[in-house]
Amino acid sequence: MPLLEMRNIVKEFPGVRALDGVSFTLEAGQFHSLVGENGAGKSTLMKVLSGVYPYGTYEGDILIDDEVRHFSGIRDAENAGIAIIFQELSLVKELTVGENIFLGQAPSKLGVVDWSALYHRAGKLLRDLHLNIDPRTPVGDLGIGQQQLVEIAKALSKNARILVLDEPTAALTESEVETLFTILRDLKTRGVGMIYISHKLDEVFKTSDRITVLRDGRTVGTHNATEITKAGIIAAMVGREVGDIFPKVEHEFGEVALTVEHLTAYSVDTANKKLVDDISFSVRKGEVLGIAGLMGSGRTEMLMTIFGAWPGRNSRKVSIEGRDVDIDSPSDAIRAGIGFVTEDRKRYGLILDQTILDNMTLASLRTVSGAFITNRTRESIAVRRPIESLRVKAPSPLTVTGTLSGGNQQKVVLGKWLLTNPKILFLDEPTRGIDVGAKQEIYTEINKLAKAGLAIVLVSSELPEVLGLSDRVLVLHEGRMTGEFTRIEATPEKVMAAATGNL
Amino acid sequence: MSETKQTKTAKATLRAYVMIGVLAAIWIYFHYATNPSTPEYWHVLEHIKLFFAGFPAAVSNLFSNTHTPSWITDGIFLTPRNLSNLMTQMSVTAVLAVGMLMVIVSGNIDLSVGSLLGLAGGVAAYSLSEYELGLPLSVALAIITAVVIGVFQGALTAYLNIPSFIVTLGGLLAWRGAVKGLLGGNTVPISNETYKAIGQANLPAEYGWLLAAVAVAFVFFMAFRRARSVRDYGLGTAPYGAEFVKSIVPVIGVIAFIWVMNDYNGVPVPVLILLGVALLGAFLTNSTVFGRYLYAIGGNAEAARLSGINNRLNVLKVFALLGALTGVAALIFTARVGAASPDAGTLKELDAIAACVIGGASLVGGRGTVFGACLGALIMATLDNGMSLLNVRDFMQDIVKGSILVAAVGLDMIGRKET
Repeated sequence: MPLLEMRNIVKEFPGVRALDGVSFTLEAGQFHSLVGENGAGKSTLMKVLSGVYPYGTYEGDILIDDEVRHFSGIRDAENAGIAIIFQELSLVKELTVGENIFLGQAPSKLGVVDWSALYHRAGKLLRDLHLNIDPRTPVGDLGIGQQQLVEIAKALSKNARILVLDEPTAALTESEVETLFTILRDLKTRGVGMIYISHKLDEVFKTSDRITVLRDGRTVGTHNATEITKAGIIAAMVGREVGDIFPKVEHEFGEVALTVEHLTAYSVDTANKKLVDDISFSVRKGEVLGIAGLMGSGRTEMLMTIFGAWPGRNSRKVSIEGRDVDIDSPSDAIRAGIGFVTEDRKRYGLILDQTILDNMTLASLRTVSGAFITNRTRESIAVRRPIESLRVKAPSPLTVTGTLSGGNQQKVVLGKWLLTNPKILFLDEPTRGIDVGAKQEIYTEINKLAKAGLAIVLVSSELPEVLGLSDRVLVLHEGRMTGEFTRIEATPEKVMAAATGNL
Repeated sequence: MSETKQTKTAKATLRAYVMIGVLAAIWIYFHYATNPSTPEYWHVLEHIKLFFAGFPAAVSNLFSNTHTPSWITDGIFLTPRNLSNLMTQMSVTAVLAVGMLMVIVSGNIDLSVGSLLGLAGGVAAYSLSEYELGLPLSVALAIITAVVIGVFQGALTAYLNIPSFIVTLGGLLAWRGAVKGLLGGNTVPISNETYKAIGQANLPAEYGWLLAAVAVAFVFFMAFRRARSVRDYGLGTAPYGAEFVKSIVPVIGVIAFIWVMNDYNGVPVPVLILLGVALLGAFLTNSTVFGRYLYAIGGNAEAARLSGINNRLNVLKVFALLGALTGVAALIFTARVGAASPDAGTLKELDAIAACVIGGASLVGGRGTVFGACLGALIMATLDNGMSLLNVRDFMQDIVKGSILVAAVGLDMIGRKET
């Protein structure tokens, strides 16, 4: 009898079918890995399991011990013995380890917290996990690795029988990873079933009993770890053809537009953690350089550093058209001819409260409008061209950007940077969360810009997009460059292998 | 100043009309209630009853009767004398509110302006009366003090990342302490007549009309320019007629204003200063790169930074600007009173913030207009003035003002949700 069974789960979002009939089984004491590209549906599946998407918002059945369960929220799932440890830690840094473990369920008498019982029980949990952590330590004083282990203790305090770990090792050092796996193996012997999501295939193979591959919201296959190879898994993860939506355009390259040498960037929070480690590359005019890599591989940090916007410690040498340039701030970068269509348009790209016109002219206000006094009429004329060429669909340039669709918002951000007349354009996840039609239009625009002689650096988590648009692909893995491929060499398998650190 | 902020133009315009409507209703009510034949209430609840019950009847009476009802002619509120007082009373708060508005738009706050007003006023009075430094130097010293402190607080906020709330809360205490120390706890009288004129003099009638002529010419010139720019940029034929029609309301406003002020003593100098400050503020927020950057920083600081804006420098500048305007407000304040006192300007920061908020500014940043802030200051001053005329007790006045502040923002939030 399986501990957990998920049958034909279908989950739809407006315009997207994120899960398209996924089935998944977990036995007690089993270590079951879930792998797939970004956007394959892993996280969505886990959110269905944990009650984040309550019963009724998805189709299909969740069975625990052969009994169909309906979770109306996270609490229900927790009570059923499901615990999830997310990528981002959910601990309260200001509280102690013990307080965190029993957050919301502190042992109490008449509403008064029984502190000695709390710390006693927390201490016992930690000892069971062979962790040498004082439960009275504030969580903020612990390293990320130990915090991760506290999360596990917290999950176990709820008597979890099913433990979901979403990329738990992303921030851990190697010795911390070892500790984690020792604990997980121990839990296995206690009969806890574990679902393990990771991009690191080494780890997946090291510990898994079974491996399930998801792609485009479907189960591609479930295998015993001993019966499949890494190459087999990678092929299953990417196994699809790059569709026709990428018009094959031959770009003509000019001289070198941008050269970056020895770029290194450190984490803002953890002073000595390198997020980008000694990367050098160059881009020519008219070339589209794709940067592939999984989340957390340092792609955005690299672009931010070149752009003079990375707040952490960093070093690099940048030259544009053969001349060395000193870029200390985004305004230096803009002056030097770099445009940066940032990721997450709502956080970094747009002022949602303001109009298309206000947003589009923001990065080039002094040239498009006036050096000191603004001129609305000049601005209205300036934004006409990007609005038309990008086909921004809005009643007027004075429409507030918060009311636009994702695709149109993305076009506004792109338009903002085109108005700065860049020689080099960075695009960070330019099509995330937008519909296929708008994607297509942005692809066409990218090719058009390359043809006009812009050097383009394209970061994307969607492999087909990188492969379909780029003339050359660099692959990053944990801040290091693990591969460089020409358009012809770049096959999905090779790029994915490099991105997962398996060259 | 008929130009509204471009973001959400239609909504902002509607909002301005609603506010003007509310202000008009309050004005007419105060006029009605201050006429001798209306029973005299000291209790504000009775006024609220009267406002909703007796007053609409009185207004509708206006239209059904052939002769003017006595409350129109006998009320005290809408008389040139009182309106002149009202405008003078609002000037200090409104000057502060214009600067505060810009700080709020950038996503910050300044709680220290009341104390800083006291300190700058103290510096002016002290250099004038104790050190006899002469008028220009004393005025300059007061303003320089305020600007330097503004820069200092702005630098702590922008470059050391201390939240402006904390920095200026510290300032609220520290600058109040400084003025107490400077004046030794005493009130320092000012005898310099020229200085006192800043707060007490009026513009002679003929200069008032000259001012009106300049303002009218300016309004028409701007209309002409707008129309012409449409043609110059190839957007069609110049809409001279439409722009002319749009200018009529502001022109009537200007003439009516000067006429009413001249009917009493002429335009008071503090009101003249306020007009200048308000025009400057409206110009900065609507028509300069600096103003646009403030809205961008307050709207989404990270997006602004990544668009090449130097957030820190602009925040520093806006605090410096508020410092300068606080200096100006301090001059008006001390000149009106004719003395500097250790508790001058106490709670003024809250009046200024309330004016901005009533005028539609969002404390999160990115939203608000100078026009709204001035209107907010006028509403606050109206409540003070009207309730004083009605002999509403002091404690009740505070309760009413507090309630109206919360109610104004509450109604605004409800309105925003529905749209």
